[in-house]
Amino acid sequence: MALLETKDLGINFGGLRAVGDFNIKIEDNQLIGLIGPNGAGKTTVFNLLTGVYLPTEGSIYLNGENIVGKKPYEIVQKGISRTFQNIRLFKDLSVIDNVKMAFHHKMNYSIGAGILRLPYYWKEEKEIHEKALDLLKLFNMEKLAYATAKNLPYGEQRKLEIARALATNPKLLLLDEPAAGMNPQETNELMKTIHFIRDKFQIAILLIEHDMGLVMGICEKIVVIDYGIIIATGTPEEIKNNKKVIGAYLGE
Amino acid sequence: MKSKLKPYIINTVAIIFTYVILILLMQTGIINSYYEGIVISIGINIILATSLNLATGYLGQLALGHAGFMAIGAYASAICTSMMNLPDLLQLIVSILIGGIFAGIFGILIGIPALRLKGDYLAIITLGFGEIIRVVILNMKITGGARGFRGILPLTSFNSVFWITVIIVLIIYTLINSRHGRAIISIREDEIASEAVGINTTYYKIFAFSLAAFFAGIGGGLYAHYYTVLDPASFGFMRSIEILIIVVLGGMGSLTGSIVAAIILTILPQLLLDFSDYRMLIYSILLIIMMIFRPQGLLGKTEFSLTKLFKITPNNKERSE
Repeated sequence: MALLETKDLGINFGGLRAVGDFNIKIEDNQLIGLIGPNGAGKTTVFNLLTGVYLPTEGSIYLNGENIVGKKPYEIVQKGISRTFQNIRLFKDLSVIDNVKMAFHHKMNYSIGAGILRLPYYWKEEKEIHEKALDLLKLFNMEKLAYATAKNLPYGEQRKLEIARALATNPKLLLLDEPAAGMNPQETNELMKTIHFIRDKFQIAILLIEHDMGLVMGICEKIVVIDYGIIIATGTPEEIKNNKKVIGAYLGE
Repeated sequence: MKSKLKPYIINTVAIIFTYVILILLMQTGIINSYYEGIVISIGINIILATSLNLATGYLGQLALGHAGFMAIGAYASAICTSMMNLPDLLQLIVSILIGGIFAGIFGILIGIPALRLKGDYLAIITLGFGEIIRVVILNMKITGGARGFRGILPLTSFNSVFWITVIIVLIIYTLINSRHGRAIISIREDEIASEAVGINTTYYKIFAFSLAAFFAGIGGGLYAHYYTVLDPASFGFMRSIEILIIVVLGGMGSLTGSIVAAIILTILPQLLLDFSDYRMLIYSILLIIMMIFRPQGLLGKTEFSLTKLFKITPNNKERSE
């Protein structure tokens, strides 16, 4: 059984068909790229998968369970986590607090225990503090743990957003243009990071990206959409030589 | 473990010290009954301001109907006292709790539709609800209508206000520094990101909003049992604005800021009584100057901390205690 499977997923905004007949299968530990020209509906697909938009038709199965109609936070708790095209950090909070937020649903102490600071509160708070630090260490960010998120350099902010998404313990990570605005060296480093995450956490990654070097370099499978419809699926080699894809990008 | 206790000891000592000083000043007559009234008003204003800070400063939702919740708490507790006959202190506690619960329930009822909106829209809808509450009270029989509700037992004393204020501020402080508080703050920072890390934002918005209403109701209950007369006109829009000014002046997201601002803004109008004609003018000018030179409020989002002051922060892992 695939980790994630969509069946004839589609959404209309008024008369506009943003995405239609979207069928995709993601296996465990797979790294898939989702590409397409601007306005093709890539981010809309992400918003459908994460429950931000309610699809007009079709279904989404996560480990065989239909997750259509679930709230975004419920879907996160079920194992799909994401980053945003324009970084969305908790800007005025410290780096470590940003990560701690994502542990929220895995902690158990009640509101009363938190207010009275029962031993359980201290124990769990200490645990997630260490977990958050460990996670930051993986990204070489432990020194920045108490810096304010908005003061980080751009590349670090991207990394922090990925770290935060990983803290929710996802099975599938959706990355929305992680390399946007990065210079070639940063992009290179990011490629390594993505590979590393996949191997270390044993998760599947679906990635939207315009940087073809990055997509072709790390994805095992690429899905191309244009005008909300999948026009090609295949390995990087197959996609490079696909006439429809070349047509969509360059015009015929 | 030992260092963890230090901040608690320091703060407990500070609270008891403040209490003893105030009591001594009262017994020696330096604080006469007129000043005692001001001290009690300060306590009530601290409760109202810190609770509004929970909704506005930490949750980040601009609410302009706080006086409405205060009114519900005041009337509910006053009616409760008039119907029951318990020993004084117990009666006060039962009454203000009932006032708080009523206000909290209305907080949930109003919060569910209102918190779907944001920013200025939320401000206007809460303003509307606040006025509706006032008008309904004005037209009900049980509340005495426009004549006001008279003859409430004067159960509020300096002691009860002091300790209830301390308890409420502590509850809000520890709540904010727990995982639930983090969830509330994350909504202020970025609601979409908050939901994207698995936080049930609707739940926490309504929770924080109704908890703020609950505490405002308790503040209203203390108010009712101090002034012994309730007039719907005193719970109008201006009262909500006054509370909001305290929060903004102290710093949105700073409890100690709210406390300092509540003290200043309760005493200031009294000090300016001599300049009766220019009182509101001076008051307004002070606010304008404040907003020009320190728009984030007295303390911004930080907390004043005795522990930090004495430089014995246990470990920099902890937030300021």
